[in-house]
Amino acid sequence: MAASTTRYLVPLGAFLALAALLFYGLGLDPSKVPSPLVDKPLPAFQLESLKDPGKLISSDALKGKVSLVNVWASWCPSCRQEHAKLVRVARESGVKVVGFNWKDERSAALEMLHRFGDPYAMVFYDHTNKVGIDLGVYGAPETFIVDPNGIIRHKRIGPINDKVWQDEMLPVIKKYTPKG
Amino acid sequence: MSPRSLLAPALLAALLAGGSVNAFTLQEFSFDTPAHEQAFRDLTGKLRCLVCQNESLAASQSDLAQDLRREVYAMMRAGKSQDEITRFLVDRYGDFVLYQPPVKPSTYLLWFGPFILIGVGAVFLLRTLRRRGSEPEQTLSPDDQTRIEQILAAAEASKETAK
Repeated sequence: MAASTTRYLVPLGAFLALAALLFYGLGLDPSKVPSPLVDKPLPAFQLESLKDPGKLISSDALKGKVSLVNVWASWCPSCRQEHAKLVRVARESGVKVVGFNWKDERSAALEMLHRFGDPYAMVFYDHTNKVGIDLGVYGAPETFIVDPNGIIRHKRIGPINDKVWQDEMLPVIKKYTPKG
Repeated sequence: MSPRSLLAPALLAALLAGGSVNAFTLQEFSFDTPAHEQAFRDLTGKLRCLVCQNESLAASQSDLAQDLRREVYAMMRAGKSQDEITRFLVDRYGDFVLYQPPVKPSTYLLWFGPFILIGVGAVFLLRTLRRRGSEPEQTLSPDDQTRIEQILAAAEASKETAK
């Protein structure tokens, strides 16, 4: 009797295990590719400022404080979607929000900041994707959390909303904010 | 043959000739020798476009793929080897840019998993076959055995009386 019970239970167990694995796979998003740059220093770069044409700004300006580097473009609908949240974050949380305007036109980008608010302490203007490749950017929006020493601690792919901010971003920011 | 019956072979031929589909994405690049062009095609064919993940860098029309093709082209022009270029992209975008992932602990399951499954399946198959071969077709409990004997005996007896 016992032998024949296990005979049926083993395939059933195997089926349930496979079903659970496949169900877990359904929840994964294949468009989210983990970045090899996490826990590595942000590559050093210089780019023109979006807001001050002709002025070069350097990635060194990010050092000393935890900052968010938000990759965005005016042509990207999800960037618009998260924009209000970024404005609120910049105003309320005290985290330094830095923009990385990616493959965009300056006039359209400035127009978007003018209409929807400007959360950015400064904005790098990477019109040609010269630096974007070094950062492994493959879409917008993407947001890096960079610690005070210039090490990338997290990369968010996709827009930031209240839930993402609370559950995913804030714990990392708190962890790397210098105490005192 | 009717024109209709020619359609399928024509479509198949077009599919098989798919290599030339890439041609337009490579239009803007010029090469000194056909060998250089072939090397560029080979390399971009082995790299995945991160935007349209089922397309290679050679075939994808996405804007990012075009940027990356330019980058690869510039590096080849600068005399970098295929390995160096591949490493450049992997450092930035991760192993995911490679269609053929490297063999390392985190990909062991991917590389060897199918063989393990085949092995497990083969063991089960062999065990089942061996058991079937050695066991009698069906085993009866002693009770059933005696019942069958009784029934057969009764049938035999009734045949005898019928004669």
